[in-house]
Amino acid sequence: MIAEPEVLIIGGGPAGLAAAREAVKAGCSVVLLDDALTLGGQLVKQTHKFFGSEMEYAGVRGIKIPEILLKEILDAPNFEHHIRTTVSGYYEDGVVTAIRDEKEMVKFRPKKLIVATGALEKTIPFPNNDLPGVYGAGAVQTLMNVYGVVPGKRGLMVGAGNIGLIVSYQLMQAGMEVAAVVEGMDKVGGYWVHASKIARLGIPILTRHTILEAKGQDVVTGAVIAPIDENWRPIPGAETEIECDFICLAVGLSPLSDIFKLAECEMVYVPQLSGEVPYRTSEMQTTTEGIYVAGDAGGVEEASSAMIEGAIAGFAAAKALGKVIPDYESRRCILQDELERLRSGPVGEHIRGGLCQCSLEHKTEMN
Amino acid sequence: MSSKIENSGIPSVEQIGSSLPSRERRNSGPYAVIECWQKIPCDPCVAACPFGYIAPMENINDLPQLDQDACTGCGNCIALCPGLAIFVIDETWGEPEQALIRIPHEFSPLPEKGQTVRALDREGKYVADAEVVRIQKSKSWTPVLHLAIPIKLIMDIRAIEPLPMRPE
Repeated sequence: MIAEPEVLIIGGGPAGLAAAREAVKAGCSVVLLDDALTLGGQLVKQTHKFFGSEMEYAGVRGIKIPEILLKEILDAPNFEHHIRTTVSGYYEDGVVTAIRDEKEMVKFRPKKLIVATGALEKTIPFPNNDLPGVYGAGAVQTLMNVYGVVPGKRGLMVGAGNIGLIVSYQLMQAGMEVAAVVEGMDKVGGYWVHASKIARLGIPILTRHTILEAKGQDVVTGAVIAPIDENWRPIPGAETEIECDFICLAVGLSPLSDIFKLAECEMVYVPQLSGEVPYRTSEMQTTTEGIYVAGDAGGVEEASSAMIEGAIAGFAAAKALGKVIPDYESRRCILQDELERLRSGPVGEHIRGGLCQCSLEHKTEMN
Repeated sequence: MSSKIENSGIPSVEQIGSSLPSRERRNSGPYAVIECWQKIPCDPCVAACPFGYIAPMENINDLPQLDQDACTGCGNCIALCPGLAIFVIDETWGEPEQALIRIPHEFSPLPEKGQTVRALDREGKYVADAEVVRIQKSKSWTPVLHLAIPIKLIMDIRAIEPLPMRPE
C-alpha cells in the first residue's frame, strides 16, 4: 500500500519540525519520517542556550526546542510521524520508500516533499584515524548528552568551530579533561564567547596546529600534534605528543543531499555551504516541482536559520497545495526578514556568499 | 602567549579595560560588565534587563550597549546570556580589599554556601581562593555564584575550578 499524504517531510530536526508545524497548522495532512529513536535531530543533545532572537527561541536550551515545536501539532489528527524510519529511495513516479524498525518497507507518494535531512560529520585523514577512540565530535555529544556515556577520561579536540568549542565545554561539564583544541586555521572559527568559556577553564586553544597521528595499538592512547605553516605543512621538529584516550574530530559537516540527486534536482557545489546543494527559490523549492529543501541539507549553517527555512518550506508547500492562508505574504516576509537579519552580520558573510550561488532568483537574474 | 581573543579565547588588555565603567560608578555599587566583543546574531540580553538599560539593537548582530551608569547590578542578565559573557562586580562589598563577583557556573556539583573554591583567570590559571557567598539558581538552568574575591582581581577572575564529580 502506498500512503498519499499531502506533505511528506524527511528529517525531524529543527528544519523538519518547523516545516511540519507550519504545514499541519495550515491544514495539510503531514507525515514526518526520522531515522532516530526520538524526534528533534541534533537538538536533542544541544544542552547550551541558543543564540539568535526570540523567534528562534534564543536563550532556550536546544534540548527544550523539539517539545516547543511539537506542542501544537503532536496530537493533531492530520499529523503522523514515524521514528526509526530510514528513507531508502525516491522513484521517478514520486514514490518515497523507507525502512521502518529495520524490517518493514513503507511507501509514500506525497503531493509535496520537504527534504530536511541535515548534514553528516566530516573526517580528516591521519595515521591510525581508524583506532577505537577516534570519534566525530557530534557523535561524542550524542553519546554523552543523549545516552549518558562518556567516551574516556582525557580527550583531544580537533577543530575550533562552534561544535568543537561547545563539545569541549560539555566534555568538561561531564567530568572529562580536554588536553587541547587544535585548529588548522589562524583563528577560532566558532563564536569567541564559546572560546572564552573553555579558555577560562584552562583548555588551551592552539590555532595553526593540526593532528599528525593517533597513537595506540588497540585503542587511542595519545596523539601527535604540530604547528603548521601558512601552507598547512607541519613545522618539522615541532611535534608534541599529547596523552589522551580519545580524539574528537570537529572538522565540519557536509549536507546530506542524496535524495535531491535521486529526484534529479539541479545541484551546485558551494564551498561556503560545505558541499553539493540544490538550487532553490526563496520559498525553498528546488528545480524539481514540489520538492523543497530546508536546513543543513541545503547548506551547513545552524539550527536557528534551519527552523526559519523549515517554516518557510512548510508554509510554501501548504500554499502550493491550495490551502487558504490569508496572511501568507506578510508572514512569509516576516520569516524572510528574520533570516536576513540573522545572516546580516560578519559571521553570516560566508553564508550570504554561499546562498547567492544556489539561489534560483539570483541565477535567473544572472542569465 | 598570544592574547588575541580570536586566537585563544582570551581577550586583550584593551578589550578588558573597555568594559569597566567610570571610577565614580565603580565606587557606587554593583555593575554589570558585558564581555561580548564579536558581532554575532544574538540579542537575549536586551530583553533580560528588567530596566531596559541594554539598548534595543538595530541589527541583531550589533554588540550590546549597556548603560553602565544606570545599571542597577541586579544581575538578571548573567544567567540569560547564551554566551555566558556577563558578570556583575561589586567593589563596594565587604572589606576594602574585597569585592564581590557574580559569575555563571554550569557545573555539577555546585559548591556549598560558605565553601572556599579555587578562582581561575581568563586562561584557567588558579589566581586566588574565593568564598562562595551565595548560589543563585535560575529558570535558565545557569546557576550564578556570588564570590568574595580580592578586589585587585576583579578583571582577572572569571571562573572557578569545577568541583570533582561525586561517584555514582
